[in-house]
Amino acid sequence: MKVSLNWLNDYVDIGGVEPAELAEKITRSGIEVDDVDNRSEGLKNIVVGYVKECGKHPQADKLNVCQVDVGEVEPVQIICGAPNVAAGQHVVVARPGARLPGGVKIKKAKLRGEESHGMICSLQELGFDGKVVPKKYADGIYVLPEDAPPGEDALPILGLDDTVLEFDLTPNRADALSMLGVAYEAGAILSQEVKLPDTSHSEVAEPASDLLKLRVDAPEADPLYAAKVVRNVKVGESPEWLKARLMASGVRPLNNIVDITNYVLLEYGQPLHAFDYDRLGTGEIVVRHAAEGELIETLDGTERKLKAHHLLITNGREPVAIAGVMGGANSEVHEGTKTVVIEAAWFDPASVRRTSRDLGLRSDASTRFEKGVDPNRVIEAGERAAALMEELAGGEVLSGTVLFDELGKEPLRVTVSPDFINERLGMKIPFEDMEGILQRLQFPYEAVNGLFVIDAPTRRRDIAIPEDIVEEIARLYGYDEIPKTLPVAESVPGGLNPYQAKRRIVRRFLEGAGLYQAITYSLTSAESAQKFALETAPETKLLMPMSEDRSTLRQSLLPHLLEAVTYNVARQNGSVALYETGSVFLGEGADGLPAEVEHAAVAITGEWSGSDWQGSSRPADFYAVKGIVEGLMDMLGLTARLSFRKGEMDGLHPGRTADILLDGERVGVIGQLHPTEQKARDLKDTVVAELNLQAVLTRETEPLIYSPVPKFPSISRDVALVMPRAAEAGTLEAAIRSSAGSLLKEVHVFDVYEGDKMDEGMKSIAFSLTYQNPERTLTDEEVTEAHSRVIAALEAEGARVRS
Amino acid sequence: MEQQLNQLKDEALSAIRSADSVKSLNDIRVKYLGKKGPITDLLKGMGKLPAEERPKMGALVNEVRGEVTEVLEGRMAVLEEEAVARKLEAEAIDATLPGTPAKTGNHHPLTRIVEEIEDFFISMGYEVAEGPEVEKDYYNFEALNLPKGHPARDMQDSFYITEDVLLRTHTSPVQARTMEAKEGKPFRIICPGKVYRRDNDDATHSHQFTQIEGLVVGEGIRMSDLKGTLDRFAKKMFGEDREIRLRPSYFPFTEPSVEMDISCFKCGGSGCNVCKGTGWIEILGAGMVHPNVLRMGGYDPDTVSGFAFGMGPERIAMLKYGIDDIRHFYTDDIRFIAQFHRAEG
Repeated sequence: MKVSLNWLNDYVDIGGVEPAELAEKITRSGIEVDDVDNRSEGLKNIVVGYVKECGKHPQADKLNVCQVDVGEVEPVQIICGAPNVAAGQHVVVARPGARLPGGVKIKKAKLRGEESHGMICSLQELGFDGKVVPKKYADGIYVLPEDAPPGEDALPILGLDDTVLEFDLTPNRADALSMLGVAYEAGAILSQEVKLPDTSHSEVAEPASDLLKLRVDAPEADPLYAAKVVRNVKVGESPEWLKARLMASGVRPLNNIVDITNYVLLEYGQPLHAFDYDRLGTGEIVVRHAAEGELIETLDGTERKLKAHHLLITNGREPVAIAGVMGGANSEVHEGTKTVVIEAAWFDPASVRRTSRDLGLRSDASTRFEKGVDPNRVIEAGERAAALMEELAGGEVLSGTVLFDELGKEPLRVTVSPDFINERLGMKIPFEDMEGILQRLQFPYEAVNGLFVIDAPTRRRDIAIPEDIVEEIARLYGYDEIPKTLPVAESVPGGLNPYQAKRRIVRRFLEGAGLYQAITYSLTSAESAQKFALETAPETKLLMPMSEDRSTLRQSLLPHLLEAVTYNVARQNGSVALYETGSVFLGEGADGLPAEVEHAAVAITGEWSGSDWQGSSRPADFYAVKGIVEGLMDMLGLTARLSFRKGEMDGLHPGRTADILLDGERVGVIGQLHPTEQKARDLKDTVVAELNLQAVLTRETEPLIYSPVPKFPSISRDVALVMPRAAEAGTLEAAIRSSAGSLLKEVHVFDVYEGDKMDEGMKSIAFSLTYQNPERTLTDEEVTEAHSRVIAALEAEGARVRS
Repeated sequence: MEQQLNQLKDEALSAIRSADSVKSLNDIRVKYLGKKGPITDLLKGMGKLPAEERPKMGALVNEVRGEVTEVLEGRMAVLEEEAVARKLEAEAIDATLPGTPAKTGNHHPLTRIVEEIEDFFISMGYEVAEGPEVEKDYYNFEALNLPKGHPARDMQDSFYITEDVLLRTHTSPVQARTMEAKEGKPFRIICPGKVYRRDNDDATHSHQFTQIEGLVVGEGIRMSDLKGTLDRFAKKMFGEDREIRLRPSYFPFTEPSVEMDISCFKCGGSGCNVCKGTGWIEILGAGMVHPNVLRMGGYDPDTVSGFAFGMGPERIAMLKYGIDDIRHFYTDDIRFIAQFHRAEG
């Protein structure tokens, strides 16, 4: 909403307040002022000129040489390129030394040999938005009325001696979508009275109801319809002041009749529509719902197909307007219009909103109707338009109003105690100060038994409950006055729950392991939604996606994490190590919502560890990621319940993929990206893992209890084994653990060899075993006995002990 | 024999003085003092001497041996010291070469901000509450005083899955769910999470972003409590000398509703490019919980009140770190993320 301060001053005296200060006060007390536009800023030396002569430039076809009276003894010569310049026009002249918007400075100049003492201006050159310039002047200079005196300052005539405030309105303050509503707000802030517009006019004897019949077939959608009839209007250009106010408000002037309806819309917030009575043709208005599929061509020249719940204004035979949204082309006011029907109505907000949404058609009218217009100003706004048509278009207003009215107009009654207000705010505002604020707001009230009984004005539909009064009092008393306290309620210890605390441990561990945290989008393409998913479930898709790439919720974190890896590699970050924690969305869960399961994913590529000059660098490989997973599980106290087995997954290397098992249940996967996937992304060896974090973090673990530090020495024995290449170390380790007995403290692989010195298809793995007895020093015999059991078990697995 | 002994001594001392390594000195020790050396031989040959000469000669031999040993050990100490010095010199490294990098990554800047906010409110007695990202229309809108057809639903165009299920447009549904779960008991929560709105991604818009909201419900909760809480928060997050101000605003789920500005942390309030010349920066929205919201959550608004606030970690991170484009948070360029590893203050 754009608010011209010159216009606002008609209704409320804001004379003593600087625009910037007014804007600040309005912002601090309720409505955010986005912009303060001083329209004359940077404009200087711009006057009215009278074009006495206008001829072709001898050297240039498209230029005219004009002799212009600028209020001095002699006319000045100005070269003008506008196609519409002509002798006899009153125009806007920027004289030498003038300033125009954007810092443009006008100087004397020679154009193709002819002197030019200034410039004849278009409205755009004066800073008007092309969208509000009347079509007639859109491609040329602006022509002023004949009574504009040459030499006068042109800015007041054009309404540029004004400041326009741009409001950023919240949806509850529909009342401020009108100059009057803004006047009430400014009046409350500045403690000023509001002066209402003049609706007085004369009416001829003939009653409007003789010319126009009205029937409303849908009273629930249109409980109030009022029509005034104005005869013998002369359609033409509006006076300068009216055009200037419309343009300042962002509305393009059209002709005086339409301009008046727009003016009253801005003034009252009440949308009006003007029909050409003769084009209406039937002398009748019938308000009814549309037939399914019924067609209408709206004012913007578009044919629209309607649904049965859309409300129509018809002439009894065919639609002439979509109620509250836009008029029809067939009954539009035009240059030859003689008699006008002014429609002032109250349409059901929900109905207008639905219609406007269905049709994708928003207008200044629908914006206001869908938020609810003031029921008590509908008829008054129609009267105001009639008065202006009498004054500005020479019309004769027929007597009376053609009216259908079943609309309730009673104010809402709100009862609230001053104590409630103060308790809610934590303040001690005196009773009299609260009264003063209600008076400034022009909220009628009575103080009954220490309570405020308030009749909330119908223009303020947002005032309905005691808390609304709390806000009104607080905002006008000033939020700065509220003290700063802390809740006094019983204090409870806050904190993270165990799951949240463990999630933080996971993140810190992964970061400590060298991974950077990524956050990617949850929405992905249907194609990649299930790629790399640990488990798939029915997809969750948007009803109306903005693009195919963001149409479906992910079931794995890896596709987007790999996208991030690829992005980095393509930008010369060759070594990338990322992780992400986030939800995947799996089919139907409880309560009609998809199951949201928190996962963690890891992706590494390029150099994994080491430093350049020490020559110790190691590329990313499967075991780097496996080590991270093992370390993470150890951190969470799950090592003993963790195992791995060879796995497979589309998109991963079939020989380099493993399932992660917890208590034997698959909770994740590790694998190198399949070579074809790597090639497609232009990646070197890239290893990924995805883990069902929720399954991991919800595992209950043993309490942490100290175990005594061993007092007795341990004994180590190594065993090197030869076996087929396909045999797995894990099998052998399991055999060791199950056969060694209670003395075995630790076992780990310390060497793996496949190569020349081995027989074809064979490899060697060497384990180091540590035996220890916490009770006493081990004897060699005990160890030898245990170790020989181990060797027997290993041989039973098909391994040969290497001597 | 005495003469022989003196000659031997001179010879040995001369050899010791000219020895230039520990090894050659050891050879000298073996040669002169060893079991097969000449001094030992002399001692062995003492039996041949007349008995009266033996003590004199014995003392003499021991004297020579003592002197040679002493000189040799002195020389040995010098040579060993030199050897150590040479070894140390040979082992010297270039201390200006880079160290072996400690392997480390770091959290995403949004996590950093969210955890900082969580930790502040945890210290004030808040719990962290979470909820689903795919939410029912009921919890996302209706339970928050946004019935179907409410004009404020336009403020946040949504991604619907079905007519009744959508991607949550704010973390407020967690508030509605928490009220249900707490069954009328007082509580304080902070709710961080991802939210989604129908926006084209550009420098200032993202269809997915983060929110963190707080809610306090209990008897006698006042607007001054909200102001005091936010004031502490602003000082903790943006510096002790920050001031806050509240401006009226509108949210369907609070009444009264406010927006909170902080005095600009860059210019201190005098006006600069960060605060667009106003001296103030908008940080969050807040208000007293709307009675309809309390009622739908199972609380009696006549006896219980509450306050709520909500903010965008992206915005806070952008302000705090001077980040110019919201898309950086979701592109995951390591050169961006890695900048947020270090401690501040």
